[in-house]
Amino acid sequence: MKILSPWIWKMAWRDSRASRRRLLLFVSSITLGVAALVAITSFGYNLRERVDHQAKELLGADLEVSSRDEFSDELVEAFDDISTRRSHQISTSTMAFFPKNGGTRLVQLRALEGEFPYYGELVTDPPQAGQRFKQGRYALVDDGLMVQMDAQVGETVRLGNLQFTILGRLIEIPGEAPVAAMVGPRVYIPYNLMSETGLITLGSRARWRAFFKLDPQQDPLAIEEDLRQRFRHERLGIDTVQERKRELGAAIENLYSFLNLVGFVALLLGGIGVASSIHLYLKQKISTVAVLRCLGAVSRQTFTVYLLQAAGLGLISALLGGLLGLGVQMMLPYMLTDFLPVDIEFSISPAALIWGVLLGLGVTLLFALLPLLPVRRITPLLTLRADYESSGTGRDPLRWLLSGIIAVAVFAFAWAQLRDAAEAAWFVAGLAAVFALLAAVAYAIMFVTRRWFPRSAGYVLRQGLANLYRPHNQTLVLMLALGLGTFLIMTLFLVQESLLGQVSGLSGEDRPNLVFFDIQNDQLEGVREKVLQQGIQIDNEVPMVTMRVAAVKGRPVREILDEMAERRQEETREGRENREEGLGPDGPARRRWPFVREYRSTYRDHLNDAETLVEGRFTGRVEPGTSPVPISMDQRIADMMRLEIGDRITFDVQGLPLECVLGSTRDIEWERFQPAFFVVFPRGVLEEAPQFHVLVARAESTEASGQAQRAVVADFPNVSAIDLSLILSTVDEILDKVAFVIRFMALFSVITGLIVLAGAVITGRFQRIRESVLLRTLGASRRQVRRILLIEYLSLGIMAALTGLILAVAAAWALAVFAFETDYAPSPLPLALAFLLVGFLTVTIGMLNSRGILDRPPLEVLRTEEVH
Amino acid sequence: MERKGILEVESLTKTYRSGERELTVLSDVSFSIGEGSTCAIVGPSGSGKTTLLGLCAGLDRPTSGTVRLDGIALENQDEEALAELRNEKVGFVFQTFQLIPTLTALENVMVPLELRGERRVAERARELLVQVGLDDRATHFPPQLSGGEQQRIALARAFVNRPRILFADEPTGNLDSDTGEKIEQLIFRLNEEAGTTLVLVTHDPELAGRTQRIIRLKGGRVVSDDLSSSEAATVVRFRK
Repeated sequence: MKILSPWIWKMAWRDSRASRRRLLLFVSSITLGVAALVAITSFGYNLRERVDHQAKELLGADLEVSSRDEFSDELVEAFDDISTRRSHQISTSTMAFFPKNGGTRLVQLRALEGEFPYYGELVTDPPQAGQRFKQGRYALVDDGLMVQMDAQVGETVRLGNLQFTILGRLIEIPGEAPVAAMVGPRVYIPYNLMSETGLITLGSRARWRAFFKLDPQQDPLAIEEDLRQRFRHERLGIDTVQERKRELGAAIENLYSFLNLVGFVALLLGGIGVASSIHLYLKQKISTVAVLRCLGAVSRQTFTVYLLQAAGLGLISALLGGLLGLGVQMMLPYMLTDFLPVDIEFSISPAALIWGVLLGLGVTLLFALLPLLPVRRITPLLTLRADYESSGTGRDPLRWLLSGIIAVAVFAFAWAQLRDAAEAAWFVAGLAAVFALLAAVAYAIMFVTRRWFPRSAGYVLRQGLANLYRPHNQTLVLMLALGLGTFLIMTLFLVQESLLGQVSGLSGEDRPNLVFFDIQNDQLEGVREKVLQQGIQIDNEVPMVTMRVAAVKGRPVREILDEMAERRQEETREGRENREEGLGPDGPARRRWPFVREYRSTYRDHLNDAETLVEGRFTGRVEPGTSPVPISMDQRIADMMRLEIGDRITFDVQGLPLECVLGSTRDIEWERFQPAFFVVFPRGVLEEAPQFHVLVARAESTEASGQAQRAVVADFPNVSAIDLSLILSTVDEILDKVAFVIRFMALFSVITGLIVLAGAVITGRFQRIRESVLLRTLGASRRQVRRILLIEYLSLGIMAALTGLILAVAAAWALAVFAFETDYAPSPLPLALAFLLVGFLTVTIGMLNSRGILDRPPLEVLRTEEVH
Repeated sequence: MERKGILEVESLTKTYRSGERELTVLSDVSFSIGEGSTCAIVGPSGSGKTTLLGLCAGLDRPTSGTVRLDGIALENQDEEALAELRNEKVGFVFQTFQLIPTLTALENVMVPLELRGERRVAERARELLVQVGLDDRATHFPPQLSGGEQQRIALARAFVNRPRILFADEPTGNLDSDTGEKIEQLIFRLNEEAGTTLVLVTHDPELAGRTQRIIRLKGGRVVSDDLSSSEAATVVRFRK
């Protein structure tokens, strides 16, 4: 066959000789995209494999049952039937007080007995502390907290009424990601000492857990189903290894898809680089193609020559990308380690490598084909008349077909990642819109400079501006590469900034920044006094009464739960729903939640400034003895319970039934540093019920806040405190870590953008060099030539940066408003910096490229440039 | 003595559409060139010389009329067949040399043979380089060679596939007179040795005078078709 005759291979090889290095730079714009994809895909395989491998360690047991209440005798009997290898744990949030330096911090306290964890181990320093702490009044404290409090092993920590000796630092807990320690540092104590701490009282938020080790023939899922049926009126949380794995799997898939899409964007950007470079490269090959056609080559042959060159170089750079990707993969575990509850051991996934390389090659070919198609139409007549009709113009149906294939391929990739056709379509549409906008701006620049050309301006300015629209201009490609890069990076940055802003917006001169909670009725006076003594202003005192739903619209909750359980069994029988889906956002567990949860309700005579009335009328006060009591509920929870205004609902307030009627629904702004309530009662009903209090205060400084916390915790060990600066610093720290990972991935796009930029500039080099040399020959000074180039690159850099930034602000705004439901105001400084940086980079790369041209004799430059 | 026509042109017309206007570049041109003969197409700029050459070599398609190259009617051939035909039967020499800048001199000469899928092409190409006196420049790239050298390489490339007919478009137009003279001599020598038909487009009367026949074009029409002065001289001498 003539198409792949030996000549084609020889010609492709020989013709590429002189420009191989240059060509490699063009196609190397896909290298980083491939590297990112290979790294992430291979890491994803790695991670999944590790999750499978360490599945049991995710839970530390075969089965976990948890409850907000102490386990009933009936339940414990059922536990005995399941397994005798069982561990118990009680956990609660409380203040840890370090007497050495008076430091306090809200911690997750866990009292543990038994052999848990059955799989994996509590890694501690010293190592044996993980087992020995149960043998005395000892505590294990999270390493991070020890560092923060400057505490040492052997010192003491006070938890509630008891002092414990710190026996070891907690380094690792099976199934828990290190980032969890940042949110709530963990402290372990022996199980039997929990009651002595005095922290578990009526209404305190504790959780009881039982961990089981099962025999191999026992089916954890069957046991789970059995417990759910038998104890459906109790509020049990049941967790199995499968469930943990599924949850973690879903989280990993999300992370994986996100990172993969970021990598894919880098690859697409590289594809554009390939297209533009090949386009410019082929412009220099037109006469060669015409000569070959004259000498008897058919158009398919000449087309194949250049396709082979693109494919060969594409393969090389994809392979390079693959290798680089494996290097990057080695770095990923270090970056993600804080978020992963499993250990990662590096292993190469050949499938990921092959997939990445093929994807890179595919993208190269698809994007190279676009500029290659016109090669088919180059006529041999060009050898006789260089000015013969511009070749390859006119509509080419194959071009449209190819663009269609590219769009479909991008969609298919996004679909595979997002597993949702609509989201994938949005991704493609969004990307296409950004490309289209950037291209539109590029064309607008060309049109505007041509249309309103400053004819009276100086020569240098005119020449520089004319470069924007003259043949062989780089306007479009630079706009795409620079604009897209700027857009991607800045969107990520701005979104992070707006998320942080949302949190830090909580703080302010006259906003509360310190909350004391779990204050018992008889402690309120004392706590208030302590706080005021420290010079802290009290903003608000909020009473809280715990209660549960007893009946809805006259139907006892038990009946509702029975019906749900029956329906669930039916569904399971009919196979309409499997266990895994059952726990999803619309699954039975979620449906049960508003009926079984414990409500902490308050009473007051007004709506606060975080609440808006949605429906009905808010009643602030009723006469004692009013029945039913008009209450106000959160709109969303009322919807979940299918309640309308006027519907009856009965609460069980610590044993006493209370008839209520839904008087109003509220929309609550949860992102406030103050307690929010699903149910608000009017005054005049709950005043005499057993209750505890939250005290919302405002401290002038972090020191004052710390002092007040210490003073209160010293006298009232069960009272907990949290201050806004702690939340802020925690959120900041976590976002920082997340942002680091995202930025790292975005870096691939940035560097790709720079390579594309350099590629575009260097491809255009020949053209520019000829002109520069010509100008030099005509007597232009070095300074003039430089300034012409400066004007060209400066205007391109400015326009690209501006467009990219505007798009980024729009995207960040859309994300903030629609995805995170918050206000958005971009801060000007980072935008200005980004603007300057992009402009500077463009000019620098552009100018670096002309280096060496202006210092040599014109003819010498022309000779060498023609061959290379 | 009427030799068999290797190139037969009949009622050839070429018009271009330029906006609303139709531009007739060639109008009803007919002639026949015998195998092994030499012929010059001359005329002022814009007379249609190059267009005629392009049509004769199958690089372009006429608006009407026919071109027969070695008995094959070009208008019936598709692009692929035309390319094959050029490769088999036609050699080209251009005013601007048209060497491929990324290939060495030797590789440039090899291209037509390689396109045919022939073996041992380097040997044959070297032979030609020896004939044009540039075998020592085989590994040089075109930009490293002088104009005269480049045109000699182009000549080697044109003759390497033993074409039946050689089309030369102003072969000395870009060269100084000394170099041009040498190239002229080389063209005629190679042509004679290979027995190739030579069709020259030029407006250099001296060069045209060295061919056997001169076809003059003006405004797209053949205004005269004579034996050239040198040929005429030979004929006259013969009559004497």
